Amino acid sequence: MSQHEHRIIGTPRRRVDGRAKALGQTRFADDIVLPRMLHCKLLRSPHPHARIVRIDASRALARPGVHLVLTGRDLPIEYGILPVSQDEQALCLDKVRFVGDPVAAVIAREELIAFEALDDIVVEYEPLATISDPDEGLRVATPRIHEYGEEGNIHKRVAFAFGDTDAGFAEADHVFEDTFFYQGNTHLAIEQHASVAAVDPDGKLCIWSSTQTPHYLHRALAKVLAMSPAHIRVIATPNGGGFGGKSDPFNHEIVVSKAAIVLGRPVKICLTREEVFYCHRGRHPVLMRIKTGVKKDGSITAMHLQTLIDGGAYGSYGVASTFYTGALQTVTYRVPRYRFEGCRVFTNKPPCGPKRGHGTPQPRFGQEIQLDKIAEKLAIDPAELRLRIVESPNAVTANYMRLGTIGLAECIRRVVERSEWKTRYRRLPEGRGIGIACSSYLSGAGLPIYWNAMPHSGVQLKLDRGGGVTVFCGATEIGQGSDDVLVACIAQILGIDPFDVRAVTGDTDLTPVDLGSYSSRVTLMMGNAAIQAAERAREQLAAAVAPHLEIPPTRLVFAGGRVFDTEDPAAGISFREAVCLAEARFGTIGTVGSYTPPASPARYKGGGVGPSPTYSYSAAVVEVEVDPTTGWLTVPRVWIAHDIGRALNPTLVRGQVEGSVYMALGEALMEEQTFRRLPNKLSKALVHKFPSMLEYKSPTTLDMPEVFTDLIEDPDPRGPFGAKEVGQGPLLPIMPAVANAVYDAIGVRIDEVPITPEKIVKALDEKRAGRTPRYGPSAFPEIAWPEALRVPPPWEGGDGHAVNDPPRPRSAKKSKVIHT
Amino acid sequence: MMRLPLFRYEAPRTVADAARILHAEGPSAMLLAGGTDLLPNMKRRQQTPAVVVGLRQVVGLRDMRWGDGAGGNGKKAPARGAAAKSSVALGAGITLAHLVRDRRLAEAAPALWQAAAQIATPHLRAMGTLGGNLCLDTRCNYYDQNYEWRKAIDFCMKKDGKICWVATSSPKCLAVSSTDTAPALMALGARVRLVSQDGTREVALTDLYRNDGIEYLTRHPDEILTEVVLDLGSGWRSTYWKLRRRGAFDFPVLSVAAAARFEGTGSKARIAEARVVIGSVASRPMLAEETATFLVGRPLDDETIAEAATRATSVSKPMDNTDFVLSWRKRVTREFVTYALRELRGDDQTALRRRFTGHNLAFGEVS
Repeated sequence: MSQHEHRIIGTPRRRVDGRAKALGQTRFADDIVLPRMLHCKLLRSPHPHARIVRIDASRALARPGVHLVLTGRDLPIEYGILPVSQDEQALCLDKVRFVGDPVAAVIAREELIAFEALDDIVVEYEPLATISDPDEGLRVATPRIHEYGEEGNIHKRVAFAFGDTDAGFAEADHVFEDTFFYQGNTHLAIEQHASVAAVDPDGKLCIWSSTQTPHYLHRALAKVLAMSPAHIRVIATPNGGGFGGKSDPFNHEIVVSKAAIVLGRPVKICLTREEVFYCHRGRHPVLMRIKTGVKKDGSITAMHLQTLIDGGAYGSYGVASTFYTGALQTVTYRVPRYRFEGCRVFTNKPPCGPKRGHGTPQPRFGQEIQLDKIAEKLAIDPAELRLRIVESPNAVTANYMRLGTIGLAECIRRVVERSEWKTRYRRLPEGRGIGIACSSYLSGAGLPIYWNAMPHSGVQLKLDRGGGVTVFCGATEIGQGSDDVLVACIAQILGIDPFDVRAVTGDTDLTPVDLGSYSSRVTLMMGNAAIQAAERAREQLAAAVAPHLEIPPTRLVFAGGRVFDTEDPAAGISFREAVCLAEARFGTIGTVGSYTPPASPARYKGGGVGPSPTYSYSAAVVEVEVDPTTGWLTVPRVWIAHDIGRALNPTLVRGQVEGSVYMALGEALMEEQTFRRLPNKLSKALVHKFPSMLEYKSPTTLDMPEVFTDLIEDPDPRGPFGAKEVGQGPLLPIMPAVANAVYDAIGVRIDEVPITPEKIVKALDEKRAGRTPRYGPSAFPEIAWPEALRVPPPWEGGDGHAVNDPPRPRSAKKSKVIHT
Repeated sequence: MMRLPLFRYEAPRTVADAARILHAEGPSAMLLAGGTDLLPNMKRRQQTPAVVVGLRQVVGLRDMRWGDGAGGNGKKAPARGAAAKSSVALGAGITLAHLVRDRRLAEAAPALWQAAAQIATPHLRAMGTLGGNLCLDTRCNYYDQNYEWRKAIDFCMKKDGKICWVATSSPKCLAVSSTDTAPALMALGARVRLVSQDGTREVALTDLYRNDGIEYLTRHPDEILTEVVLDLGSGWRSTYWKLRRRGAFDFPVLSVAAAARFEGTGSKARIAEARVVIGSVASRPMLAEETATFLVGRPLDDETIAEAATRATSVSKPMDNTDFVLSWRKRVTREFVTYALRELRGDDQTALRRRFTGHNLAFGEVS
């Protein structure tokens, strides 16, 4: 059998789910209407931090049309996405931790009745002191927002030393130390979270939900409802955007499930936009200090990063996020010695979690601006500086990340050329500037969220006598095009039209487990599993067709809906006939494939965050215009090159790159999830400033610049057909490139996002007054860091273990492993 | 999703019927034109009328009548040598999209066209009306929130509460006038017609507004704003500049409307009459009268513009209840007045427009 040629893979194609989406026929969770369906609304806390003294729902229950009121007592079992952070309850039982935390649910005949009944519920609260930011959380140990964590309101502290950084700094010609702040922001998926739960006639629970992680929701439901997973079916409906915001099991999903079981009727909830802001799990606000030593030629001798992370009110993915703020600093440029300390603090705000880039855009922002400062000091062009220090392919980094192919140098060269960097950088008139930045990202997390040795993605194939193929996989279509990737991989191997393949995805009853649409893992992991399943099917078909054509199987080609002889293409049969021959010979044709990432060389505690089968790379040049009087900032053009390995469907890849640029510009220029504290003597309120799509500012199409996208293809053997991720990586270089371009334009440093006209004007005022022309944080608080885990890098004789990590009992180790 | 509360809906066919219903129902009834302001407010329970009187089917509210000075109150004659003075009466029910597509209006009253073209989005302009935009509810970050959010801050004095959270010692509500068309029409000297069961009155548009976030209109609850009357004396130039974060969607957080009539030409050109209005910095659009007086008799040179901008800025007293930091909004007022006056002078401001608005604001490019 020969591969012949990639007729499907690599060709820009209309995505298989495109027609339904363009015509409005895709059935999202909120489109599901079932007979006798009831509606659910959640009563949410008006207090940022309070003890629940008493709940009286009798008046609500008496309202005509109300069927049920649930409170925390009905769902007391704690859950959470990470095994180490089982700190959520579907409805708060003892206390509320932020404005918007749900305390009761009303299920009624109509949504309006349920809404009006919320006001009938009497909840008596005993307010507690509010922790509004990490500074306060570090200072104020009581009241504690949670009874677990490091101490006081510190959720998690981590410290690592990969090699002797002191020696590294001593060796340096220059040492740079900067502080940066990255404001929090949210995903803003257009589809608001929605779920419908119903009990099947056989007594089993079924929930349709806009979730990126049906498998993890399945596990959480089994735990909280104390039911066998065999009696729960989770169907992930196509998500109208996820970006990480639908990756946790959510309280509303558990509540409607419980209500459906209690009432024996379907129950639906569709969150309002305000409630989506309360679900959040978005970008953590991060204050960071970065110290970097460099030689005169720009090579880095050592780096020390500290991050202070505003976690919000629950754990969510936060422990993983904390590790992620430090895990990927080493995979872009060569950093021989590296020290990282991170601290996540609980605050009385909606919980932060994973948003596109999960924990890595913040330190990337700081590092790339600092590199710009380094380049200026060393009088090296910032693009040239980066080219000099790009890490080597297949390297193992100081913190034991094993890298794959690296197309970063080519990305840099491409954007430099296309943006005419060399003739424009530092040469544009006052008020106009360009800036460059780079980044890298995982192609899938190397370890699952809960400890297990099973595959990360499974695919099943069913071949029909009519020539159709059905592919089953737990992966979830969240708009990124995973159904199309799945179908394309199968169609390519079997040589059939992608539209002859039916994808059944994201259904825990029907599809084998795929861990979910997060960490940019789906294309690589599901793709490899799909290729394995398809190749196994092709082998069976070939074994049946070869004797029929009287040629050895190695001469068979699967292409164009036919199976034929490579030496005599006219001699062949249709794919449909091939399936019939194979079925006659072997019985029903069905195959499976699965994928497990390779083991990581990182053996130290915490080393589970960061490893990936391979990494993608991006470089971007951003052009800005800044009005020197008002500080008004616009971005007319962006050039971006992305190392994709291989573009399976270039149309989708470009869509992801441009979507990333769009989201990144929102973070760079305007988006902020910020909170308002009212005058203390009058109110204890701590409320989201603007939980609406009108006042939470995110760019419109009119604010979108011209984007020039280049795809760098250097197939990585670890990826399906050589593909790497594209869903998240291209977001990362944009924010620092904007900041660097602002500096080029008007000579002021804005060391935080969003970069707003107000901040630019303040920095310009500083410049005019002869002070440091900068806007950004000035200090990093004192934090009592734990003793660092000392892990010598490979070139210092290390083996991936920490030299000072006390051995842990095996059972404890199991429960404490943190992965995502 | 958020659901509308229950209400009774009335759909009169004539202004007289509508007026009669309003009179009978009292203040618990509200008018619905395009619904782009009222319906979201009702979903958030900011406004909870028991009766909603729909104006959609009322005959005549969408008429646009051009005349030769039909302002009809004998105001002073147009400039010497001017072409025939014209006027237009705009039905309050005309949609903003309709205004934006009217070339004659765009040429006769640029400030109004520029204001309408920058309101919200094409979808909302297709529904929203001129009268609705003039009567737009005042806005505030403490008020334009859903019921649960407002409950968490114990509400505010504009709805269900006692205090103004913008300035806790303020005796009055500080919600912000956020209409785009009002500053433009005030600069153009517009008048509006109000009809009730008891009759019709016509007032200068500026007199429709009060600097109070709650009682921001002088319109009586039983009156219907039916028409905007605009004298379009020749020799007048006008312009509208709007500050907002994005190229679409956003309400103004600062706006400058300016209109002037010039006498003489070339280097001899002097301002004969002027009106400058600063919007979105108070609970009503603010007439910068002192600035207008200053401008009269002067050439619109850089020096005059600089001085006028400084004077106009003193009118701008933004509070911390909209997008952007208030000190910056105040600071930018000066620049926006400068841009507006330069445009009146005839400077090409296209590039600057494009930067601030995201598009060229050219007729035919906006729908």
